[in-house]
Amino acid sequence: MADSGSEEIAVIGNTDLTPSESENNLKNTMVEKGTSLLKMMEISVAEAEKRTGKNAVNMQETYTVYLIETRPVDAASEGTNPVPDSLWRRYSEFELLRNYLLVTYPFSVVPPLPEKRAEFVWHKLSADNMDPDFVERRRVGLENFLLRVASHPDLSSDKIFYSFLTEENGWKETVFETGFQAKADSRLKALNATFRVKNPDKRFAEMKHYGDELQSVISQLLRVRARAADRLYGVYKVHGNYGRVFSEWSAIEKEMGDGLQSAGHHMDAYAASVDDILEEEEHYADQLKEYLFYADALRAVCRKHELTQYELEMAAQDLTSKKQQREELATGTIRTFSLKGMTSKLFGQETPEQREAKVKMLETQIEEGEELVKERNTECEEFVKSAWVDIERFKEQKDHDLREALISYAIMQISMCKKGIQVWNNAKECFSKM
Amino acid sequence: MLRLLSQQLRLNERDLHASVFGPGKDSKTDTSTTQTDGSSFNASMQTSPASMINQYKFEEEEEDADTKDIFVTVDNPESHVTAIETYITYRVETKTTRSEFDSSEFEVRRRYQDFLWLKGRLEEAHPTLIVHPLPEKFVMKGMVERFNEDFIETRRRALHKFLNKIAEHPIFSSSEDFKIFLTAGSGELTSHKKQGPGFLSRMGETVKAVAAAVRGVRNRPQEFTDMQEYAEAFSQKISSLDKVTQRIVREQKEYLEELKECGPTYALWSQSEQELAEPLKNVAGCVDNCCKETEEQVKHLNDHLIPVLHEYVLCADTLKAVLRRRDNIQADFEGKTEALATKKADRDADSKVLSLAWDSLVGRSPEEVKQQKQQKLKGEIKEMRDELDKAEDRLEWANNALKTDWTRWQKVMRTDLRSAFIDTAERNVSYYEKCLAVWESFLQSQRTDAEGNGNVDSS
Repeated sequence: MADSGSEEIAVIGNTDLTPSESENNLKNTMVEKGTSLLKMMEISVAEAEKRTGKNAVNMQETYTVYLIETRPVDAASEGTNPVPDSLWRRYSEFELLRNYLLVTYPFSVVPPLPEKRAEFVWHKLSADNMDPDFVERRRVGLENFLLRVASHPDLSSDKIFYSFLTEENGWKETVFETGFQAKADSRLKALNATFRVKNPDKRFAEMKHYGDELQSVISQLLRVRARAADRLYGVYKVHGNYGRVFSEWSAIEKEMGDGLQSAGHHMDAYAASVDDILEEEEHYADQLKEYLFYADALRAVCRKHELTQYELEMAAQDLTSKKQQREELATGTIRTFSLKGMTSKLFGQETPEQREAKVKMLETQIEEGEELVKERNTECEEFVKSAWVDIERFKEQKDHDLREALISYAIMQISMCKKGIQVWNNAKECFSKM
Repeated sequence: MLRLLSQQLRLNERDLHASVFGPGKDSKTDTSTTQTDGSSFNASMQTSPASMINQYKFEEEEEDADTKDIFVTVDNPESHVTAIETYITYRVETKTTRSEFDSSEFEVRRRYQDFLWLKGRLEEAHPTLIVHPLPEKFVMKGMVERFNEDFIETRRRALHKFLNKIAEHPIFSSSEDFKIFLTAGSGELTSHKKQGPGFLSRMGETVKAVAAAVRGVRNRPQEFTDMQEYAEAFSQKISSLDKVTQRIVREQKEYLEELKECGPTYALWSQSEQELAEPLKNVAGCVDNCCKETEEQVKHLNDHLIPVLHEYVLCADTLKAVLRRRDNIQADFEGKTEALATKKADRDADSKVLSLAWDSLVGRSPEEVKQQKQQKLKGEIKEMRDELDKAEDRLEWANNALKTDWTRWQKVMRTDLRSAFIDTAERNVSYYEKCLAVWESFLQSQRTDAEGNGNVDSS
């Protein structure tokens, strides 16, 4: 069983990972092990490839596909290394899976996908979706997504998810057959509920507010960080000019020549070192981005709560008004305005038989109404219960992951400082020989 | 080197002899154009040959703090407002054990113009020696005001360096003008400034220099051509370094601007969090600390490396000017050599029929005329010969002075630039060490937290 140690990760797909790469994976995919699906299988997104084909409107297009590899856990630990099962999926299929999960598990904070388009770029990164660096980072992000879903207490046991991982053909049809698209709440309906709900659970209102703040502050942080990275790149690269000029200068000097020349090499090394430094920082940025998108998932759950609560309130309101109508009919007093009432006043009273029929209808409606309210109440309560459990789980995960991210950021800074110390000490030695 | 030194000594004594005992060749009153360039002995050099020997032995003695016998500081800028202008004076303090100074401590106030005057005097007296540059009159970049604090401080530092370089120079430091600059009250200085070659003689010198430059030097020795090439190349390289360093400072400043926003963003985030609040606040603090360190580091670059590089950009120009002046001296010598040869040819040529015919017209006998002419030519030739000798001496003196000072300058340059770069490297190491400590303390705090909470930290 591959559960030795709380920080061990289930991702192994690519067996020639260097120790630093595995560590990177560790930092990127901080998922807890030990939940249902991951106990049985190892999942990874091993490769990415370019494909061309005809799209829906019969035009040629180029797109990227990702190789999903799965392997039963037992096989690896037994020492044999069977070829993993694998299939290719496009980003749009991942999106489809996620939309399905969103509709089917509205009380879960559904893990986010890596961004569709490169945002918060600094000058070196290409905003092009075909750029190999972008594709690579997306591959890692997709793997992370799958691992998060696979370790989620509710989502991991979903059949559609399982077939996404294991059945290449016909998966799309299977998803559509679930009819999940029909169950989706319209945006308008959700928005309406947000404005009109009277008594939402305070905790959810707070969570939604927190989601807003989290999204705003992480966006700001990512923007600022990207700009700072751009500037830092400039600083390091200009030092490369020292290398060139020292080298040229050393040609006209006698005693100073050697010292200058070797100092110049160190300046070149310093300038080159920024590439690795900033690439590592991109991993950190990706970790932040994940939680930027998680904020959205969190808010989605809160909005769903508002919706269920609103529907309960509507049903209750409807019931109350029907009961009132019944009362009026029984006592003959008209407290609520109704066209029928007015017209009967104007054009004469109704017959006792008519009134009798009305009362009967109302009674039925009230019965149905009470059932509905009961139903909706249960729905609401259950939703609140499940959702809150998942929100608490999410909170813990977020606190843990982000704290680890901050620590890894500090480690990166330390590594950068150490490199700097080394380079400048070397340069100093060369200068002493000038 | 010793041979050179003894050569110098012979030259010194000859010129000294000539200036002291020669007929009326005192540069204070001498308007002869042969004296105002190249000769190192005018009124400002009233040192004995003996002390000259001592001072020229710089090769054997290192200028340690132990053997340093004069200390000059420039500080305390003050602004003065008069009806006509506003200007800054600096306090110049001198402490010395040298016997030629009347006392061991002096304190005077000088303005930029005074420094310019001193530099001019030194250059006049020693056209082929390398005078350390003064800070520029105006900084064109960014329209810096003359009375801006940073500008004044930068200038003060440069003026301080200038005087110290003069004090460390074996020849300049014994200049009378230098001594007066350091010790005279402002009235005394003003009246001393009024002495020296008058306007007319200066004009004459300029005309001469232009003529020499136009004439051009014919047979420049290879070593001076090599120096010229070096000066060109050095000038380019040091200018590049200056530009690169300034660009680095600019980029660092822009990086700092962005980094300054990171800390507050982490702090803002911490306000929405509970568990994460403390590590986020911690990170915010770390980023802010790194900002401070970056600021210090940029300031250091600005205050230490850039001024030195800038000084040597100006030095490169001085090198080129010194080589030009040497060329002019050689061109002058070559011109005089040619003129003498022409005159000699005149003398050796037989009397021409035409000139005899003319002379007989004016009623003189051919023998008489020939005699008179030969006499005249002889006199002229003697004079030109004397002048040529002087020009030759001057040239030899100039060449040797230049060669010696060039070697000296290269040593000083090497020391200055080496220590400036070492200093910068050390500062950078220190910067990274400080930032390292900041982040390590963060890690430490997180480990302590984690252990406190019973978790095992993955780092």
